[in-house]
Amino acid sequence: MGEMSGPVDDWTPSARARARTEFRRAQHRRALLVALVATLLVVAVVVLVVTTAPGWDRAREAFFSPQRAVEVLPEVAAGLWLNFRVWVVASVVGLVVGLLLAVVRTSRIPALFPLRMLTVAYVDVFRGVPLLLVLLLVGFGLPALRLSWLPVSAAFLGGLAIVLTYTAYFAEIFRAGIESVHPSQVSAARSLGLNRGQATRLVVLPQAVRNVTAPAASMLVSLQKDSGLISILGAVDAIRAAQIATTGDYNFTPYVVAGVLFLLISIPLTRLVDAWSARQGWRGELRRLPGAGVLR
Amino acid sequence: MSDPLLSLRDVRKTFRTHGTTQVVLDGIDLDVAEHQCVVLIGASGSGKSTLLRAVDLLDDVDDGQIVLGGLDIADPWVDADEVRARLALVFQQYNLFPHLRVLDNLTLAPRHVHGRRRADAEADALAMLEKVGLEHKARAYPDQLSGGEQQRAAIARALVGNPDLLLLDEVTSALDPALVGEVLDLLTALRDEGTTMLIATHEMGFARDVAHEVVFLHEGRIHERGTPAEVLDHPQRPETQEFLRRIR
Repeated sequence: MGEMSGPVDDWTPSARARARTEFRRAQHRRALLVALVATLLVVAVVVLVVTTAPGWDRAREAFFSPQRAVEVLPEVAAGLWLNFRVWVVASVVGLVVGLLLAVVRTSRIPALFPLRMLTVAYVDVFRGVPLLLVLLLVGFGLPALRLSWLPVSAAFLGGLAIVLTYTAYFAEIFRAGIESVHPSQVSAARSLGLNRGQATRLVVLPQAVRNVTAPAASMLVSLQKDSGLISILGAVDAIRAAQIATTGDYNFTPYVVAGVLFLLISIPLTRLVDAWSARQGWRGELRRLPGAGVLR
Repeated sequence: MSDPLLSLRDVRKTFRTHGTTQVVLDGIDLDVAEHQCVVLIGASGSGKSTLLRAVDLLDDVDDGQIVLGGLDIADPWVDADEVRARLALVFQQYNLFPHLRVLDNLTLAPRHVHGRRRADAEADALAMLEKVGLEHKARAYPDQLSGGEQQRAAIARALVGNPDLLLLDEVTSALDPALVGEVLDLLTALRDEGTTMLIATHEMGFARDVAHEVVFLHEGRIHERGTPAEVLDHPQRPETQEFLRRIR
């Protein structure tokens, strides 16, 4: 043996290694086949059950009428634009204020004590009351005050109710995130001379946000769906537009159209958040550690 | 002499990350006979841990044979669960299950893998805890134990299933120096009872005391092997001499 100048990759697999690789490939092919067959089986059963149902022909006409779908698409899509605006505004306000509330709630600054109590009370109330009830109380209660400066459009009041509820949810999610950061991280930051605020802002919060990306994202999707609830106050969103379109002919295709449009936003949204957090290396970072692979 | 219990032939393993290939095990030949204690030494990254993980089938190797009791367990058609049930690996970080009491950590595999009845498994576990000096901690949770106690509990958990071969991966490296002794004393006692062991360690004094054979790994290859006196006191190869000089 001569001088070891670092491992050189001049390896050719032995017959034994090739046989093992072939075996694993065959196993992999079999797994794919099983997945395919299982999927086809499930789809076939569902199709069979639905299409042989006694009421299938009438249901298809009432829920999946192509020409009705084309007719109502512009109205429902126009309604969805309102959902979209409510969703964006409520998301931004909910995330920002929720984060602030979480910071206040977890801070130990004595002067913030009253604010802390207020935060706790706010979160308890708005997380505990059904969104529908908040919508009704805000939607019908605030206009009764006859405040001249307060906008009383259904969209505004509905959006406000959603913001009030979801901010409480976001505050709780971020609080869980902050509490998941190990205290030694704060020690390390403070020992470098960072003050309390800097340690929170530069060390704790970035890690806290990462830790709760997934639940926060699912809350955003949920918020997008719940933006449809403002229709009960009379705002013409996608759901209300669909409802209006069904009156008269009892064809429910517009509801299906609205459902598909909601999916068109929410599915890409969740995939986007997943892809983004994976690229940031926040998701699945434990997968790279020894022992994280698939064991045979 | 009969065939060794464990026999590695030309074992090769690479890690591929971000397009670069790193050879971590580069043609390893190694034998462990029954009732023998083989100690692997070498710097961090020399391949010791990878070798132990490969033997316990926690990592697949790229090539070569890992023969355990006449069966090449590197073959993917071998039932890995069955093999792992016959071996036991003790980790550097103990890896006790924090949601289970010490006693339940010990009885988990006997009850769920080996199908023992709860009462029998607990009797065995208590006997094993007594042997490692932890019978008074049976009802405690792992985080109520010191590091040394946790590692002794982990060793007890590994031994309670009567493994054919005990694999130990730097079991004292995470310990406070004052707690290293109690773990090494336990391992020395196990060796004297004839437990078959393959050990990766940085404790040279311990290696000298317990090893029937010392194996020096460097960059995925075995550079030197022999009795403790041969390898530790009269190393022949420059890599071994350099390594021993650095850690002294």
